[in-house]
Amino acid sequence: MTQQAGEAMTPLVQNAASRPSAGTQRRRSRPQSRWWSVWLFLLPALLLFLYFKFIPMFQGIQMSFQRVRPFLGNEWIGWSNYIAVINDPRFHDAIIHTLILGFGQSIGAVIGGLVLALLLEGASKTLWFVRTAAFLPVVTATAVIGEVWRIIYFPAPNGFLNSMIGTVGLDPVRWLEDPGVALYSIMAVGIWQGAPYNMVIFLAGLAGVDRSLYEASAIDGAKLRHRLWYVTLPALRPAMTIVLVLAAVRSLRVFTDVWVLTGGGPAGATDVWMTRIYSLGFERNQMGIAAAGSILLLLASVALTALALLITRKRAEK
Amino acid sequence: MSTTKRLRPARSQVSSSSFDTALGWQPRKPTIMLLRAAVCAIILFVFAGPIMTIIAGAFDLNPDPTRLTLFPTNPSLENFEVATHRGIWGFFWNSLMIAGFGLLLQITVAVTAGYALARRKFRGQAIVLGIFLATMMLPEEVVAVPLAVVLGDLPLVGISLRGTIFAIILPVAASAFSILVMAAFMRDIPDEIVEAATIDGAGEMRILVEIILPMCKPALGVVAIFGFIGIWDQYLLPIIAANRTSDYMITVALASLRADVQVGTGVLLAGAFLALVPSLIVYLLLQNSLVRGITSGAIKG
Repeated sequence: MTQQAGEAMTPLVQNAASRPSAGTQRRRSRPQSRWWSVWLFLLPALLLFLYFKFIPMFQGIQMSFQRVRPFLGNEWIGWSNYIAVINDPRFHDAIIHTLILGFGQSIGAVIGGLVLALLLEGASKTLWFVRTAAFLPVVTATAVIGEVWRIIYFPAPNGFLNSMIGTVGLDPVRWLEDPGVALYSIMAVGIWQGAPYNMVIFLAGLAGVDRSLYEASAIDGAKLRHRLWYVTLPALRPAMTIVLVLAAVRSLRVFTDVWVLTGGGPAGATDVWMTRIYSLGFERNQMGIAAAGSILLLLASVALTALALLITRKRAEK
Repeated sequence: MSTTKRLRPARSQVSSSSFDTALGWQPRKPTIMLLRAAVCAIILFVFAGPIMTIIAGAFDLNPDPTRLTLFPTNPSLENFEVATHRGIWGFFWNSLMIAGFGLLLQITVAVTAGYALARRKFRGQAIVLGIFLATMMLPEEVVAVPLAVVLGDLPLVGISLRGTIFAIILPVAASAFSILVMAAFMRDIPDEIVEAATIDGAGEMRILVEIILPMCKPALGVVAIFGFIGIWDQYLLPIIAANRTSDYMITVALASLRADVQVGTGVLLAGAFLALVPSLIVYLLLQNSLVRGITSGAIKG
């Protein structure tokens, strides 16, 4: 049952385009449907997307070229907002933080997910229970996770994590208050939340590895690490590429984790692209500059997605 | 879970062997079993431990903000009483309404649009699909700044949604992911079944509701759990959609509980517990759908 459904859903996008031969047959079998009735079915989705995706997008483009002034009317100011973003050193820092965070979290969550999957692979009920429990961070709301990690990261020597590292003789760390550490503390939470998600993907990949290859490699005298390197990892590589690409695109717009854990502080040390936009737009009422930052974020995501598609397409052709 | 998919060689169906797992765990060897148990305990502590401390801390009367426990040492409901005075149930109710109606609407939209894409052929189909895919590039965060303006003054209609639950429900109601999951599943329903119903004289709406929908339960499960997690996890949208703080969803309200110097960590954890419980219930009910959704999307891309 599970497997059938999974198979049915795999060709998500490719097949959504059309399947001409089956379609023409279908049309004949439904004489009473009018040509316009299909648009009634599409209307809710199209209307909602228009109002809450496309109109905001076009309004965002418009605002990014304006000085936004409530009640006075907006004033057209050309590229000034974009120049303001580009010349803002705090925006530079924010973009660099976004890239560090995105890179670290994506790679870390892949490695973490791989380790979890390898350690928790197996059919027993106990392992199933541990996997179910280990997955909890994924389904828990990011805000809830942020709050509990703030407590775990409590900076005093008797804070939860500090007292734990204290038992092995390490000095207490001001996890979220030290500008040199805070970004990496956030990264750790992101990895903690992302690894179990990747674990599920890798477990499915591990289940697909041909068991006879393991036996064959054992007969050939291969050690465990050779078997992992030459048999297991190549089987997981396609899943790994997809996971990394999705994580990279998503990481550009990271907001909630950072906002709840540090709010971009201390002194902007953990400011990311979206927290910078938020502060500019909603706290300092610089809506025009914030809109320009948003449009740049959109362009970056589109570019990264296009690049990702190109890479995966190339891989598929091989 | 995924292990049920495995096609085992005939021999190992009788006795499990070290070739069952990539790491080659040998079953029934005491030292190995002990090692596995230790690994499981560590993983449970690291990944489930922080979640457990929310539950324990919510029911624990403990003024020390640095202490976290896996089990309440001083069981009490006082944290919830204080949280009640801070209006936590109002935020909880906001969240439930938004998640409930938002999810219902998202499923409805996904079913109708998915049906049109999968079972009908029409002019402009490729364009509609392109539009749906394009919206995946426009998550709430990217359009947040102008969306705040749009929510305050809907173009053409000129009404403000801000401060109502519709300001959150409507933006999350259409999800390209949900639509594509439904479309992909509906496409695989055999034509013969639908044709038989057509000959019996059933209308299109009846065919969708009475024949196609009951066959789509696995896809509905995937859409439901991903939709719920997506809506419950909203943070930026509830902030920009709110008129006053009482409009917040519970996830956003946690920050004000934390900032409130008069209440301790226990009260914050009581709020976090309330924000956690619906996720836990939905996860336990739809766990298989979640795993199915994750793996089907990622393995082949």
